[in-house]
Amino acid sequence: MFRFILRRLLQMVLAFFGTTLIVYALMFAGQGDPIQALAGERPVTAAQRAYLTEKFHLDRTGVGGFFYRYFDYLRNLLQGDLGQSLTGRSIGDILAAAWPVTVKLALIAMAVTILFGVTAGVLAGIRRASIFDNSTLLLTLLVLGIPTIVLAPLAQYLLGVRWQLFPPTAGADPDLYALLLPGIVLGSLSLATALRLTRTSVAENLRADYVRTARSKGLVKRRIVSVHVLRNSLIPVVTFLGVELGNLMSGAIITEGVFNIPGVGFNLFRGIRTEDGPLVVGIVSVLVVVYLVSNLVVDVLYAVLDPRIRYE
Amino acid sequence: MSDFETVAASENQAARRGPSGEPGAPNQVGVPQKPRSLAGDAWRDLRRKPIFWISLALVVLVAAMAAVPGLFTANDPRDCVLARQHAGPSGGAIFGYDFQGCDTYSRAVYGARASLLVGALSALLTGLIALAVGLLAGYFGRWVDAVLSRVIDIVLGIPLLLAAIVLLKRVNSDSSTVRISAVIFVLAVLGWTTAARVVRSSVITAKEQDYVAAARMLGAGDGRIMLRHILPNALAPAIVVLTIALGSFIAAEATLSFLGIGLRAPAISWGIDIDAGRVHMRESATPLLVPSVFLALTVLAFIMLGDAIRDAFDPKLR
Amino acid sequence: MSQSAVRPTPASPTPEGGHLLDVRDLHVEFRTGEGVAKVINGVSYHLDPGETLAVLGESGSGKSVTAQAIMGILDTPPAVIRSGEIRYRGRDLLKLPEEQRRQVRGKDIAMIFQDALSALNPVFGVGWQIGETLRQREGMSRADARSRAVELMDLVRIPGAASRIGDYPHQFSGGMRQRVMIAMALAMNPKVLIADEPTTALDVTVQAQIMDLLADLRRDLDMAMILITHDLGVVAGVADRIAVMYAGRIVEHADVHSLYRAPAHPYTKGLLESIPRLDVRGQELSTIKGLPPNLMRIPSGCPFHPRCPYAQQVCVDVVPHDLVLGDGRTSACHFAQEVRDDSAR
Repeated sequence: MFRFILRRLLQMVLAFFGTTLIVYALMFAGQGDPIQALAGERPVTAAQRAYLTEKFHLDRTGVGGFFYRYFDYLRNLLQGDLGQSLTGRSIGDILAAAWPVTVKLALIAMAVTILFGVTAGVLAGIRRASIFDNSTLLLTLLVLGIPTIVLAPLAQYLLGVRWQLFPPTAGADPDLYALLLPGIVLGSLSLATALRLTRTSVAENLRADYVRTARSKGLVKRRIVSVHVLRNSLIPVVTFLGVELGNLMSGAIITEGVFNIPGVGFNLFRGIRTEDGPLVVGIVSVLVVVYLVSNLVVDVLYAVLDPRIRYE
Repeated sequence: MSDFETVAASENQAARRGPSGEPGAPNQVGVPQKPRSLAGDAWRDLRRKPIFWISLALVVLVAAMAAVPGLFTANDPRDCVLARQHAGPSGGAIFGYDFQGCDTYSRAVYGARASLLVGALSALLTGLIALAVGLLAGYFGRWVDAVLSRVIDIVLGIPLLLAAIVLLKRVNSDSSTVRISAVIFVLAVLGWTTAARVVRSSVITAKEQDYVAAARMLGAGDGRIMLRHILPNALAPAIVVLTIALGSFIAAEATLSFLGIGLRAPAISWGIDIDAGRVHMRESATPLLVPSVFLALTVLAFIMLGDAIRDAFDPKLR
Repeated sequence: MSQSAVRPTPASPTPEGGHLLDVRDLHVEFRTGEGVAKVINGVSYHLDPGETLAVLGESGSGKSVTAQAIMGILDTPPAVIRSGEIRYRGRDLLKLPEEQRRQVRGKDIAMIFQDALSALNPVFGVGWQIGETLRQREGMSRADARSRAVELMDLVRIPGAASRIGDYPHQFSGGMRQRVMIAMALAMNPKVLIADEPTTALDVTVQAQIMDLLADLRRDLDMAMILITHDLGVVAGVADRIAVMYAGRIVEHADVHSLYRAPAHPYTKGLLESIPRLDVRGQELSTIKGLPPNLMRIPSGCPFHPRCPYAQQVCVDVVPHDLVLGDGRTSACHFAQEVRDDSAR
């Protein structure tokens, strides 16, 4: 177990260097004026130009200069110093204010997913080909087929503006109620996927040979399903939920943007909109790290749940 | 957002399947079955499914809109007059006018072209990459497989929307052709992994078949065996995955355009119009609803089509 | 049966004149989208305390399905038990409500399966799995169930049982895994043990060890055993009687000795002629020509007639009855006498 975690940790460190290098290279290497590339099409003041040149060591050129700058960026990243956005605010401060909101939103989405998705998935898996199963399958297909950029504004319009069941936008420092609708929208995709995954997994495990063995041992059906089948079926589901929690935290760009929730995704959304290069690089770098760490946690979780992986 | 990945996740699940028990298992009852072609079986199954026909009809409809938009509307989507801002239906503009005073319906019809173009070309490019990687990895195995599988793992591990943002951030041109090519390229580069895995596993299965060994003994070279004997087996599952991927690519294009890093005005894209409609939804909701419905139905149609075909080819789980 | 005279007195008496387990005229169908497959077509066999019955046949002959019907673990649907009786100590199991049926499973009749790797739950330790029935059905404490599991693992000769109790199925070798399965089946001291191809997935040397173990356990614990196999070689040293199945019927039924010496059904004869024998030099091995029948379209008359060297017109037209040949032997062949006389030569 220990060696397994160590190996995964090593892999994560490699992936960290690889991904940050790619992100960095894509943002800075290559043609043209790097400062203009960061700022997009908006005009750059002399003060900003001087700050960016100093911050990213843009006066150093060539391959050597590139790696010098890359490691400098990495060092800053690891020290939590993400620099300033083009608006002059500290990116670290922006993120510190945004994280709690994003985490709250992600947890709401996750709760919705587990409460409805996994439960309905187990039921659908046990009653395969029943009316319940077929209707949930169709429903999830609908949810999977509707992109968030349709779902989020639509929910906002119908439930927020038209019927006024929820506040249409969250605004600064939102309470739980204001986050509920965005949380459901954000969680609906995970819900649909989790439901289908759970259903398939349960249905597959119900046909496994070990179920036949458990029946021949004379166990009651409830025990066979709730202990033998569920323990096996939930391995991929828990893994998926782990990955999804990482996604939800790093990926609420559209939902936060549409509902005006001042989380990490919202700031990234705004950074893209206002062509604030340093803000985008800073946030993306941090999100990549979050994503990698959540993947590591999931791998370890997987090993805890599945003895076959643990002793490989 | 995980728009890109959700379908892929359930896909992987379906691909992994335990062995069926030997004696007594209900599926191996009639001992020697009369050999019937898988495709024939699948077709018989598909023909009876309303979902298949509905989604196929939708796909054909959208394809027709993309090819000849003039057939569906007489109005020019770029003929915008501010005086008509949020005006009600009139003339051919059955859904009225948007904030800019453009015909909402006409813009939605013309939006099909960019969506389908991006979806189809990304899927095609994805298919080519996936077939090449999957064939090489599955056929040669050993270190080739090890290296390529690692590459697949790494690409699969990249958060897609973030990567697309970083990549597209670099494209500063405003030319529609450049932006549309950039979107296609980015989606293909990030989106080929699931299909490659599917191809790889079907190649590995096909490689073990007797007729491949026979072809090799008859002196056929690697290239010939791969193209003539193995590729056809990998094609059907790859097409199913790509049909579903096509829907996801259309959603992805709209999402990127919505964020302002995909297509940009004056290009016409559902994503751009949804974003614009969203901002003014309190004044008039139709400019938001119309492109939303068009986009949702198109994406749904492709995903349901792929889903129906996959179920038909792989009836074990029904 | 004639053999029971030499056996030790059965642990518990069976109802007057009845057998311990008695399957009578069982019919099972599988209904699928493709049609109806008649998997079991009137199977009858019985088992007395302390004896070993081998059920022999190719895959698809219905031998495993019969066993699953006895256990009550057939998947219904697609399986449908059309008619027949399965009497255990005189009670017809098919007429029992599910709850009472469940009580019989594992406690009176236990079963072990072919592939122990997939038949054991991969995510629980073997000790946990062996002790599960004891905890769930006998109300044993965790600690007691655990020490009983160690005893059982010792009983099936797993080396270092106490230290391996927490290990998972995939950490065992194939043979050891099968022993775990056996230990699990023995947990409730069953009177009947059904072994469904217990050695098919194993190496030849391990096969012999497992067969020896099963034979010893059957004797020491005074169980009756149904041994399902497609391998005539496995049967010889262990079984008392053999029932040969083909297309969901029992085509020949005899004690091991007479069956090996002179098979009275062309199918059995073909099976015997297809095993290499060490005592005959330069023999020509024959095979049974043709394929097993499609159970959705079972041939008319004798289902074996398309593959049978003895086949005449009567075999196409008339379903052969069980022909009683004496010594408790039966053969479902119009030419049973001829076949036996041919074989004896």
